[in-house]
Order: sequence, then C-alpha cells, then structure tokens
Amino acid sequence: MDAIKIVLAGQPNVGKSMLINAMSGSNSLKVGNFSGVTVEKTELCFEHHCHMFEMVDLPGTYSIRGYSQDEKVAYDYLLNEEYDVIINVLDSTHLQRNLLLTLELLKLNKKMVLALNMADEAKKEGLEIDVKQLEAIIGVPVILVSANTKEGVEELLEKIHDIADSPHRDNSNIIYSNPVEEEILALSTFFDERAFKLRDLSSREMAIRILFEDKDLYQELHSKPIMIELQPRIVASLEHIYTHHDSKNITDIKASEYIAIARGIRMETVTCHRKKGQKTLTKKIDDILLNKVVGIPIFLFFMWALFQLTFELGAVPMDLIDAGFGAFGEIVGAIIPHEGTKSLIVDGIIPGVGAVVMFLPNIIILYIGLALLETTGYMSRVAFMLDGFFHKFGLHGKSFIPLVTGFGCTVPAYMSTRTLKSEKDRLITLFILGFMSCGAKLPVYVLFAGAFFGAEQAGDILFIIYIAGALLGLVMAKILRIFVFKGEDEPFVMEMPKYRMPSLALIWHTVYSKAMGYLKKAGTFILAASMLIWFATAYPKQPILGAEYEVKIDQASGDEVKIASLKNELQLAELEGSYLGQIGKASEPFFAPLGFDWKMAVALETGLAAKEVVVSTLGVLYAVGDDVDEGNASLISALQANVSFASAMAFIVFVMIYLPCLAASMVFAKEAGGYRYLFYLFLFTTFVAWVLSFITYRILV
Amino acid sequence: MKLSELKKGDRAIIIKIDTDASLKARLVSFGVARGSEFSVEAYSVGNQTVEILVDGTLIGLRRSEAVDIEVEKI
Ligand SMILES: Nc1nc2c(ncn2[C@@H]2O[C@H](COP(=O)(O)OP(=O)(O)OP(=O)(O)O)[C@@H](O)[C@H]2O)c(=O)[nH]1
Ligand SMILES: [Mg+2]
Repeated sequence: MDAIKIVLAGQPNVGKSMLINAMSGSNSLKVGNFSGVTVEKTELCFEHHCHMFEMVDLPGTYSIRGYSQDEKVAYDYLLNEEYDVIINVLDSTHLQRNLLLTLELLKLNKKMVLALNMADEAKKEGLEIDVKQLEAIIGVPVILVSANTKEGVEELLEKIHDIADSPHRDNSNIIYSNPVEEEILALSTFFDERAFKLRDLSSREMAIRILFEDKDLYQELHSKPIMIELQPRIVASLEHIYTHHDSKNITDIKASEYIAIARGIRMETVTCHRKKGQKTLTKKIDDILLNKVVGIPIFLFFMWALFQLTFELGAVPMDLIDAGFGAFGEIVGAIIPHEGTKSLIVDGIIPGVGAVVMFLPNIIILYIGLALLETTGYMSRVAFMLDGFFHKFGLHGKSFIPLVTGFGCTVPAYMSTRTLKSEKDRLITLFILGFMSCGAKLPVYVLFAGAFFGAEQAGDILFIIYIAGALLGLVMAKILRIFVFKGEDEPFVMEMPKYRMPSLALIWHTVYSKAMGYLKKAGTFILAASMLIWFATAYPKQPILGAEYEVKIDQASGDEVKIASLKNELQLAELEGSYLGQIGKASEPFFAPLGFDWKMAVALETGLAAKEVVVSTLGVLYAVGDDVDEGNASLISALQANVSFASAMAFIVFVMIYLPCLAASMVFAKEAGGYRYLFYLFLFTTFVAWVLSFITYRILV
Repeated sequence: MKLSELKKGDRAIIIKIDTDASLKARLVSFGVARGSEFSVEAYSVGNQTVEILVDGTLIGLRRSEAVDIEVEKI
C-alpha cells in the first residue's frame, strides 16, 4: 500500500514538531519554546498499523499568506505540493487565535484533522473544550492531544487512517455576520437558479469567495457570460456589507468577520473554570524578568553565570581527560615499535583529537545553558528587551534569536535568520553572526584563558570575550546599515510564549545529540585533520639536515647539554622545513605584525576548516616540538612557555572575528544568496580581525 | 488616544490600526484588530517596546508601531 503523506500545519510554537516526535516515538525534530524553531520543511517516515506514514513538519505560520521567508515555505508547500491529509495543530489554550489559521486552511479543500495540542496545559488552566461541538462547526474531526503527556496521540494516528480512507470531507457550518450571510444567500440562490457550476465549488463557497474578492475566482469568472448579470449584484451586495461594517476596505472587513467567527466558535466550545483576575505564573515571572530596571542586568547575570560555570565546572573533568589522553599516548608509544606509526599516533592523532575531546565538558555546559534559554520561553523576552537597543544599531530585535543560536553553532544560526522578514535585516544579521563565537571556538578561549589568566579570572574572561564579540557585532551592524544595507526597518511584532518548565527529557535530548555530534566530529573529521597535519609536519624528510646535525652531535663528543640543545635545534629546523612549516613561514609576514609565530599562523589557517582544528593543530605542533626533553608537558604549559601575553590576546581577538568554518561558510553563501557574498564576508572578517588584533597586540606589547 | 500613550496596567480597546497592509495582516493573525480588547503588560527600557495581552496572547510591539494604533481606554 502507498504511504500516507501527512503535513502538519499550524501557527508557530503550538507544538507541531513535538507532536511528530510523539507520534513517531523519536526525538529527531528540534523543539523550542519560541516562534520560528523550525525554519525549513522536514520529513520523517514511520510505520503505524502496517502503514507507512510520511510526516512533513512545516515552519509555523501565523496566517496562510506568509510574512517571512520561513512562513512562505509553509504557504508554498500547502498550496503546491501533493499530500493526503493536513493535521492542523492548534494550541488548546489559545484557540481563538489559532482558529484564524484553521479558517484559512479549510479553504484549501483538503482532508484535514484538527489536533488540539497542549491538552495537559488546558486542563491545568481550567479550560474545558467541547470537541463534538467543534467538530460539528468546523466539519472535520477534532482530537484533543498532548505531545507532552502523549494522551490522544494514538487516537490521532487512528483517525488519520480513517480520514485517508474516507472519500471526501464534510461541509463546515461556519456562519458569518448577518449582513454577510444575507448576501451569501442572495448570490448562491442566483447561482442555483442558473445551475451555474465552477470546479467543485458549492454555490455558497463561490458566493463567499466573490464577496471576499478571491482573485483567482474573478479571473475565471471574467470570461463567463454569467458575469454580465452577476456584476451588478456583486456591487449591490458589497455596498450593503460596506454600510454595515462602516468601512470600504474588504481586507479589513474579512479580518473582522474572521475574528468574530473565531471568537464565536471559542465561546461556543470552550468553558473556563478558572476565576478571573488571577495572576498567571507567566505574569508573575514577567514582572521580574521584564522589569524595566533589573530586566537587562538579570539577563547579563545569567550569561555571566553561564560562562563562569562553563569554565569552573568544565575544568574538573577537563584535567582528567587531558591526563587520560597523555597516559594513553605513553602506553601506546611504548607498545608500537615502528617509529613512523608511533609518531603518527602519539604526536598526531592523540594530541589532535585529545585537544578537542578535552573540551567536551565545557561544550556540554554551554549547550545546557543555551537549551534552557531556548526551551523556557526566556529567549523571546530578551529579544523584546533588547529590541530598542538593537534597533539603534540597525538590527532587529528578532535577530537576537539567530545571534544566541550562534553561540552554539553558526550553521543553524544562519538558517534561523529566515524568520526575519526584511532582506536587509537578514543580510546584516548574516554578516555579523560570525562575531558570535560558536561552541567550537570555546576550546580556544578556554585554553588561552586558562593558560594566561588565573583560574578565578578565566570565567570572567570568557564572559568578556563573548560579550565583546557581541558588542563588536552590533557596531559592525551599524556600520553595515549606514554604508551598505541602507533601507527602512521591519516592524517588530513578536509573540511572547508562555513560560514552560522544560522537561528533563527534552533538555537531555537536545544536549545529548549535540554532544554526540561533537564527539563524532572529533572521531572523524578532527581525526583525519590531525593525521593530515601530522603528515604535513613530518614530511618531506630532510636527510641532508639530519646528516649535518649528526656530524655536529658527533663533534660535541659527549657534552650532554650541548647534545640536547643540538637535538632540539634539529627538531625545530625539521619542523620549519616541513610542508606545514613552509606554509606557516610563507604566511608569517602577514601575521608577524600581530605577534603570531608561524605555528599560530598555521593554526589559524587550518582553523578555516573547523574551529576545533585550531586547538588540535596547536596540540600537534607543540607535541612534535617537545617530546625530546620534557616528555609530556601539557599544551597549556607549552603555550605559556612559547607565546607572549600580548600575542595570546591578539590571537583570541583574531579567532573571535575571522571567517567561520567551512561548513558554516557554505551555508552562509546559500543563505545570503551567492558565493560573491562569501567573498565579501572573507574580506570583511579578515580585515576587521587583522586590524583589531594588531591594535590589541600593539597596546599590550 | 494612541497605544503608546497608555500606561502599564491600562486596559483599552482598539479603534483603528493605521499601518501598511502587511503589518496589519500580521496583527490580525495575532487576533489584534479593530474592536479587540487588550491590556498593557510591560514596557522595556526607554519605552522602546511595549508588551500587550490580547485574549491570552502576549505580543511585543515596537514604539513606532504602537503610535499607529488608535485606542480608547476602558
Ligand atoms: N505542556 C505542553 N507543552 C507542549 C506540548 N506540545 C509542545 N509543547 C511545548 O511547546 C513548545 C513548542 O513546541 P514546538 O514543537 O517547538 O512547536 P512548533 O509548532 O514546532 O514551533 P515552530 O517550529 O516554531 O513553528 C515547546 O516548548 C514544547 O515543549 C504539549 O502538549 N504540552
Ligand atoms: Mg517546529
């Protein structure tokens, strides 16, 4: 049997993605408590009662005629694609507003079922919904579900089988205001008398569409002879409706009719058992978090606390992991006899991968913080509080969402700019997103902050680095707005979701999947990169150089100190003569004014592939350099010994600003609309990074 | 009076929305239209943005939009 294709449509943040997760018993779709979590259509297949269900998750859309880019995706899909059933997901606790979209969806004439989600919340709020009555009015099956407690989910799945098998849909019994109903009746009688048919539309449906100026229908009617008789009647009907509504704008009239219908349906079907005037929990929390005086300081405190925790808590397992990798390296080194293989593993793979894995605890804490921000409902509040501030810098308050997402990973952050309506706002946000340091840059900062500041300060330094990046982004946005992307502003209208206590399972899955992603990357991409870097440091072999030193060492004739320093010299010379050394040396002049030696230069260059590679490159380079004398000194002490404070700070600044990783760059090009933009981004970020690093270095040196 | 002139805690009813069509449509899909009742829940620093409560939904608006909405206090 063929798969049933089911598309989920509904307003944003009603739980569409979570409902699919509940129905399919997986956790693959991203869920968050703000509008615009899902920004592109996502498909998922699973089996139910020996039937393949193909579910399509669409971005939420407030009305069917989309406003922003992600909403247009939903609109295009619903209108132009083939599918069997629409599940219209509604938030039971906001039925009236959600029904506005339902009224529009009904016009698509597709098989449909209403899933009244958040049944658990409705119950808690004392709302009782008369499902039978609602079914009778809308004319499609209605089911109360909760993606959270899973009640009604099985029933919904059963219902989909029934609907997919049923030949057609029942008519709905939606009643407009009296004057409109009178005119509908007049026009539909007119059609009936003449037995006029068009497509599969009923006379009533035709009448409604004519009154509300459906352009397509007018086009079709245009060439029909009936138009001659019809026209004067339409004019008279509209005249009547205009007088009644005291307006000549049919869009406004349609809007108030729809709102009246939605209100009517709600009043007929929902009873509220809660006393009026009680302060809701959301209101109580908002009174504190949105407070004019303390609101923003509280937000800054949360961010500060997050980075403090990231460093402090992360440091404990970090040392263990570091020591673990070190010990592992020694054991492996002792087992493997072959010199080349041993070096590859001990000097290449282990320090390279180890340098990345070491920071997993920090990354996890950062991800937990971001997940809390996303799932509690606080995110939209911060956007609300910061809009005034952002607006002064030519950014939109909603840009806050991609910007915060960017602290985790820049790739989804680029995609979430789709919720911005204005193209200019989007481009500006895309250009400055790289300034929001992503999770992969965290290892670099933790490493350098740990190496050059005391443990008590390091957390503050992290906070300062992230805030400085964000502020710099704002300044750049202003500059771009003035000189490049001029143009008027997009209005700020944004729904503030209710506060929700995120379930442990939700946080766990969000963080777990990201942490696994990080480890997987360390085990594949970073592993390969470390091997590559090792090869580039070990080759080409330099026999002449080796022979030269051989002679010198012989000449030293037993002087231990001299031999040791000669060996060290040889190692350095070999490293500088390697492929990687040659690359580093070639680009050294470019980086020299910033106080970077060639090793740091190379780390930045390999970091273009992925930011984690910056630390793994440093790991490999310093591991190769020191296994003669001190044994396994950690990367931190290697940095302290080899890099000056001023260079280190300039390095942090450069990493903070320069081009995001390869994967993100590709997504950037796609989202911005061409590789030409990527080229601009490269110039822009490299220029800014160089200048600011230079200034940092000159001030501190 | 204008929505932006209301104080925190005030309740009012919308008389007229005087913005471009796309913003108006957006407001309508939030349930904000002529005749809607709402209350002002919060202002951000410098009254840059205002949060209103319309039939259970909290909506954030910018000041420049709030001045285009004609209301009557109740
Ligand atoms: N209490 C409760 N919360 C729910 C339920 N369904 C979803 N949620 C919460 O509602 C929020 C929104 O869920 P999502 O699945 O991301 O919503 P969406 O409709 O996909 O949103 P967009 O992708 O932005 O359109 C999340 O915080 C969920 O935890 C439910 O049945 N009960
Ligand atoms: Mg979603």
